[in-house]
Amino acid sequence: MSNYDVQEYVTVTIANQMFGIPVLQVHDVLGSINLTTIPLAPPEVAGALNLRGRIVTCIDVRKRLGLPARDDSGQRMSVVVEHHGEPYALLIDTVGEVLNLKSEQLEMNPATLDPRWREVSSGIYRTQDNLLVILQIERLLDFAGNASAAA
Amino acid sequence: MDDLLSEFLTETNENIGIVDAALVALEQNPDDGSQIDNIFRLVHTIKGTCGFLGLPRLEAVAHAGENVLGKIRDKELDVDADVVTIILEAMDVIKELLESLEQTEEEPDGNDANLIARLNDVAYGTSSATSGDASNVVGLVNEVTEADLEAAFAAADGPGEDAPIEPIISTEVRPGEVSEADLEAAFNSAPGPDDFEAPVLEAEPIVEAAVATIPKADKKKAPVTDQAPKETSLANQSIRVNVELLEDLMTMVSELVLTRNQLLQMVRGMDDNEFTVPLQRLSHVTTELQEGLMKTRMQPIGNAWSKLPRIIRDLSHDLNKKIDLVMHGAETELDRQVLEMIKDPLTHMVRNSADHGLETPADRLAAGKKETGRVILDAYHEGGHIIITITDDGRGLNSDKIKAKVLENGLATESELEAMGTQQIQNFIMRPGFSTAEKVTNVSGRGVGMDVVRSNIEKIGGTVELKSEEGKGSVFTIKIPLTLAIVSALIVECAGERFAVPQISVVELVRASTDGRSDNTIELINEAPVLRLRDRLLPLIHLNDILKLETAADEVAEKSEVKGDEEFIIVTQVGAYTFGIVVDRVFDTEEIVVKPVAPILRHLSIFSGNTILGDGSVIMILDPNGIAAQTGENVVGDHRFEEEMRKDTTENDKVAMLICHAGGKEPKAVPLSLVARLEEVDVDTIERTNEQMVVQYRGKIMPLVTLTDDAKVAEKGRQPILVFTDNDRTMGLVVDEIVDIVEDHLNVEMASNVDGMIGSAVIREKATDIIDVGYYLQKCFGDWFSTGETAAFGSESSSQRVLLVDDSPFFRNMLVPLLSVAGYEVSTAENPSEALEMREAGKAFDIIVSDIEMPGMDGFQFAEEVLNDERWADTPIIALSSHTTPQDFDRGRQVGFSDYVAKFDRDALMNTLSQTLRAGGGAR
Repeated sequence: MSNYDVQEYVTVTIANQMFGIPVLQVHDVLGSINLTTIPLAPPEVAGALNLRGRIVTCIDVRKRLGLPARDDSGQRMSVVVEHHGEPYALLIDTVGEVLNLKSEQLEMNPATLDPRWREVSSGIYRTQDNLLVILQIERLLDFAGNASAAA
Repeated sequence: MDDLLSEFLTETNENIGIVDAALVALEQNPDDGSQIDNIFRLVHTIKGTCGFLGLPRLEAVAHAGENVLGKIRDKELDVDADVVTIILEAMDVIKELLESLEQTEEEPDGNDANLIARLNDVAYGTSSATSGDASNVVGLVNEVTEADLEAAFAAADGPGEDAPIEPIISTEVRPGEVSEADLEAAFNSAPGPDDFEAPVLEAEPIVEAAVATIPKADKKKAPVTDQAPKETSLANQSIRVNVELLEDLMTMVSELVLTRNQLLQMVRGMDDNEFTVPLQRLSHVTTELQEGLMKTRMQPIGNAWSKLPRIIRDLSHDLNKKIDLVMHGAETELDRQVLEMIKDPLTHMVRNSADHGLETPADRLAAGKKETGRVILDAYHEGGHIIITITDDGRGLNSDKIKAKVLENGLATESELEAMGTQQIQNFIMRPGFSTAEKVTNVSGRGVGMDVVRSNIEKIGGTVELKSEEGKGSVFTIKIPLTLAIVSALIVECAGERFAVPQISVVELVRASTDGRSDNTIELINEAPVLRLRDRLLPLIHLNDILKLETAADEVAEKSEVKGDEEFIIVTQVGAYTFGIVVDRVFDTEEIVVKPVAPILRHLSIFSGNTILGDGSVIMILDPNGIAAQTGENVVGDHRFEEEMRKDTTENDKVAMLICHAGGKEPKAVPLSLVARLEEVDVDTIERTNEQMVVQYRGKIMPLVTLTDDAKVAEKGRQPILVFTDNDRTMGLVVDEIVDIVEDHLNVEMASNVDGMIGSAVIREKATDIIDVGYYLQKCFGDWFSTGETAAFGSESSSQRVLLVDDSPFFRNMLVPLLSVAGYEVSTAENPSEALEMREAGKAFDIIVSDIEMPGMDGFQFAEEVLNDERWADTPIIALSSHTTPQDFDRGRQVGFSDYVAKFDRDALMNTLSQTLRAGGGAR
């Protein structure tokens, strides 16, 4: 019955592009955050923050996707996900809503998509006004050491 | 109740529970080796502890049980239901004994000879034939109804009255199998002791039935005896709490602290209002709560040691030894969890040291030692770890004995042993089933112990190291990571970011400036910052440099370096290396709980962890070891760095070089491995004989040479010299100043045509002349190598031909003169192919010395190549490598190297060469 499977996604916007993250993987959405930068860390690591006593590594998704850094200093938000038992905060611009989408409507990544995007996206949904790029958290967090080891 | 005893009771009860379960599992799966090991260890522990607490009955039962388990472990006995039943029976007896021990604090009288006899029967093969004809007894016992029991308890007033009854029965019956309560019941219901005596003596099969009645009996017993309050008070004294629960609480308290801080912040902005007072109280309570919770996790290591003095005392009585236990650093705080894990290993190790390690007083006197042996325990923090050492001044480990035992137990073959170093052989004592004690005493010697120690410590990510010298004693070093522990840290700021530095590694703080305004000034030597700190020069590291922070904010860099703002220097010590870390500001110290960094950041050796500060922000904890490693300094004992070094050497050899100034402005360097000692001699003591400067050094005359003929010896004061030694000969090389020791890639870029110099290399970004020590040795003693040992083989054959294969020009340059003066005829090859070309050209050599790490074909392949062709197949090959791990030795031997020598060990190379040649090349 997988044809009728419905997946829920949290939509987030980064640089005016809408992305979807499976809702079950989202643990928290944070508003203002107090980041500690980590020198020498991979560029994608924006820093670390304290989430109720847990230290969460913060990932700059813009860097990961090869997008330019944000110029305005407006409030940044982040979505906390967990990967191999470790919490990670994904730095994003804004959080949208939760969408119910049918798995069958998921479309393949267009071949012209930037390889960096293709690597982390599991497909595209066409919503009414927007295209929604579905992010794969495992892939998104698989960079630096891991990525080079796999290559 | 005695702390020791109550702890023993809790622990043993737990252990027995585990053993029960494990035994059942073992019965179902008799081939599970880990299960039996586990059971055996636990029973061994029970037995051991009983012995020290003076509980002979318990000890005897446990000992007998252990015998059976030992047989099972050694596969001399098959696991079947009967065997398991009898062991379970022994466990039940132990449980009962423990129960009465908890109530009366004394072991009940009586003995368990029958059970022990049966256990021994099982262990030593004589089959137990006592299981039959007990039906009449069953009948008898079944008659004992609950009502009878109740009646019996009602009649019994308490332990005071029990006492006289007990001995009468227990002398004839085996009370270990039947609880006190049952005995009482039986006593009351039976017509009289005389009638009861005979049948019960053969009553083994009924025991289970009898045991089954015990729980009920106990329930009834509680209200009527005065022992009940004692049980409850013991239970109230301490409870066991899951560490996870504490961890959760800790997290919640942290959050509470944060919320409190936020509130305080808000109120601070306002004038006095109604919130101020309650908030202050909240603040107070929160702080106390936090501290209290911290305390629940942290315990001084002394807690784990508290049992030891008594154990040692008893042990010294049992073994007739005089033992002095010295404990240092008992206040070192450890995470509770870690403490629990190392408690048993520590006890085992101390016991081992006292039992195996120390000799009897007579032996000690004979060996010229003090009669009283010492066992020293020491605990301290070091570079992110807690180190615990256990030192004894006993007999040390006897490698030969260990070897024999290894062979006997089939843990390794003779040839494998042959290839092992002493250290490796000694490490065998940490394998399961290994014991060097000739006699299996009830103290130790069964071969559990060291493997328990190792597995427990490794479980928490620690390591155990063993160093032992026969006749002098042994040192066990346990290294446990600090990940769980609390440390005091100094909070510093650099380029606007805050970092924590573990207080442990901070020696002192110095305030300095770059413009001379304060007493301490940072000076530059070729852009390398240094600080004159009292009597020495302290190398400095700018934190923003190593963290690459200044590139991000030039502004900050300007402020911290050029503008000459005040700076703070954290003087840090890592091993023997002291250096200063320059930071912008120093805040306060704070107690922090070290948390490991995210896996994504694990490769950053510069951080040992991160933590959350009181104000809720995340802060990175700097690892001074990592910083030292980043600056290229070899740090003793830091494994991470050693690994990195090893990685490096495969690409390019890193060499420790001693940098000095002598005759001329350019720095000079000499491989540190060649230098025996650094000395300073008083200029007045330099004498001249026979046109040669000499000093009296260690009762001998030591010639001094200068690097160049026109170099001058200092006019007065002290003259630094480098001392080179070989056999009995010693030479001093006069230098102006010893600058530093650096670890660097050595690449001789320009060969020198000046005598005494091998060439120039870039060391620490400066052109440096490399001193040709061989030249000066020759200059000093023309006969340096031509007499003594080397002459012996020199006379056998006028000149032995050596082929040296090494890709590093430096080593070729260094070794060729050494080998030639030693009387060898040396040919060199840059790589194996070149060497094989020589073979094709029909050349022959008496011996080949080959490097291992070479580009293209490596030394191992080369050796195989050589052996596969009959032209050179008989030529011995000596491997020369900076990799001298045992695995390398093994591999080297496998592919056919005659010997394996560390690259910088000149003496070893010379000895090996002459020995191998003397053996006639057929040694392989």
